[in-house]
Amino acid sequence: MSTSFELPGNYKKWTMGLIGAGLIALLYGLIAFHPFEHAAHGENINSTRFWAVLLQNSVFFLLICNASMFFIGVTTLAMGGWQVALKRVPEAISSVVPVLGIITFVVLMSIVWGGRTDIFHWLDKEAVAGDRVLNGKKGFLNPVFFSVWSTITIFLWWFIGRKMRSFSIESDKTGPMDYETGKKWINKNILWASFFIVFFGLTVGSTIPWLWIMSIDAHWYSTMFSWYTFASSFVAGMSLIALFVVFLKNRGQLEYVTDEHLHDVGKFMFAFSIFWTYLWFSQYMLIWYANIPEETGYFKIRVQGPFRGIFFLNLVLNFVCPLLIFMKKSPKRNWTLVTFMGVLIIFGHWIDFWQMVMPGTLGAHAELMPFEFGIAALFIGIIMWRVGVYFSSYPLTARNHPFLKESIIHHT
Amino acid sequence: MAGGIKKFVVGSFDDEAVLFPAVKNVRRAGYKIHDVYTPFPIHGLDHAMGLRETSLHTAGFIYGITGTTTALACMSWIFTKDWPLNIGGKPHFALPAWIPITFELTVLFAAVGMVLSFCYLCQLSPFVKKHHFHLRATDDLFVMAIECTEKTNDAEVEAFLQRAGAKEVNVQHAETGWWIGRYDREQKLYADAEKGY
Repeated sequence: MSTSFELPGNYKKWTMGLIGAGLIALLYGLIAFHPFEHAAHGENINSTRFWAVLLQNSVFFLLICNASMFFIGVTTLAMGGWQVALKRVPEAISSVVPVLGIITFVVLMSIVWGGRTDIFHWLDKEAVAGDRVLNGKKGFLNPVFFSVWSTITIFLWWFIGRKMRSFSIESDKTGPMDYETGKKWINKNILWASFFIVFFGLTVGSTIPWLWIMSIDAHWYSTMFSWYTFASSFVAGMSLIALFVVFLKNRGQLEYVTDEHLHDVGKFMFAFSIFWTYLWFSQYMLIWYANIPEETGYFKIRVQGPFRGIFFLNLVLNFVCPLLIFMKKSPKRNWTLVTFMGVLIIFGHWIDFWQMVMPGTLGAHAELMPFEFGIAALFIGIIMWRVGVYFSSYPLTARNHPFLKESIIHHT
Repeated sequence: MAGGIKKFVVGSFDDEAVLFPAVKNVRRAGYKIHDVYTPFPIHGLDHAMGLRETSLHTAGFIYGITGTTTALACMSWIFTKDWPLNIGGKPHFALPAWIPITFELTVLFAAVGMVLSFCYLCQLSPFVKKHHFHLRATDDLFVMAIECTEKTNDAEVEAFLQRAGAKEVNVQHAETGWWIGRYDREQKLYADAEKGY
């Protein structure tokens, strides 16, 4: 087996095509939507649309790529062995984090320091001063804290992720490990994985979705929101891993990956779809039942307003479809169906993020037009490009991982 | 006595690593394995024995949707037709509020139904009597029972099992079905039956 994988020409064409289409959409947005014109809420719809779409896509794709490192972290901490045969795939996806991190950072900083009160209402100093609720949140929702914490977050995701990847790459050079070296190597992985998981809990598990997305509806809050966002990004992240596994397997790579491994990835996609629904419902039902005006406002526009269709579509795509299609064992071992479900789930959660961002920014003027899909294509292209670079730079199987044998003989 | 009396050649193994090739060889030689009794679940043994995949999960799904339907039908009838109450100004058909109960009933039906189905399929129940091929099958022996037909030469099967690594080999006549009774009575059952052979 050759150590480096030659990317097929089609893959490169698609990558270039998606990035090209995305750049055209971006350029069109820059020219036609006047993104740098100042706008209060609802005043300059096109300008708001430009930033809202960028915010939704950059945050969504950054979080699903970062979910790959979370997957590596938890399987490392759980002393998991089954995933070793496909471990290079989540590693490759997590290597996109620095690129998307920088893009997201630029978008967030432009919004916050550009005074885009149409996106984040809490940026409006006058409104905050006269508003008891927003005044009370001033310590958390202010540009300085937002910027500092976002910087630390993106930096540490990148830094710890790079560290975890470097251990794996380094094991290619050291050759097969004996018991003592292997133990030391695993311990090193566990140490850094625990740093990552703790920090992941502090960011994706709590503060980051509050800051980046929930603060769009500045008056509203839900303590469940971050877990809900996490579940959304994790299930989409597992789907992304599944798609790349299927792609590589089709190309004759990943020699040790069998139906058993695909089955386990499929179980993650199924289980976390249910978990997402559990959080979605818990958030919705409590607010529906309590019926307190400042809380129900969030759902009024979604359930009874212009987002009604999307709201239920969200539930069908992300709950009903995975539940019914993925419940049995055989679909989870069917490479075609897993591919189909992977695309469906990623699209479903992209829609989920869309309905998190749009009602509070664009309201009834939100659209799902070529511009929205074009920007999504840009991010998909960037992910494919970075992942392709990783695939062609390093061996696709972590041959010297001490648990590789466990993965080869894995049997569900 | 539903199953009738049958003759079995029983081999007891004390090692899992010997059992697996033995199961394969016995099947390849064309003998019919009645069952393999083990002290703990063994991964992959069902594959080796060529058992088909269980339908228990399909049954579980059916029990589950029965639970869902029961809960939703029951609550919607009670709250909209039978005894409508104004609860906190909520609509009579208060679907979100019913979801937790629907969920619980789905789980309850699926769980209880599957446990009962499982017991039925394994022929387990209080007061039910079954033949034990070897008492140590629940302790430290892996017991393989091979069913004999009229054409089977049991001496040959016994020799075959011996070669495959069985520690103990014998021939038993046993009831394959299950019947109501208690283990401490009717000790003579097989002795009576053996007169027919």
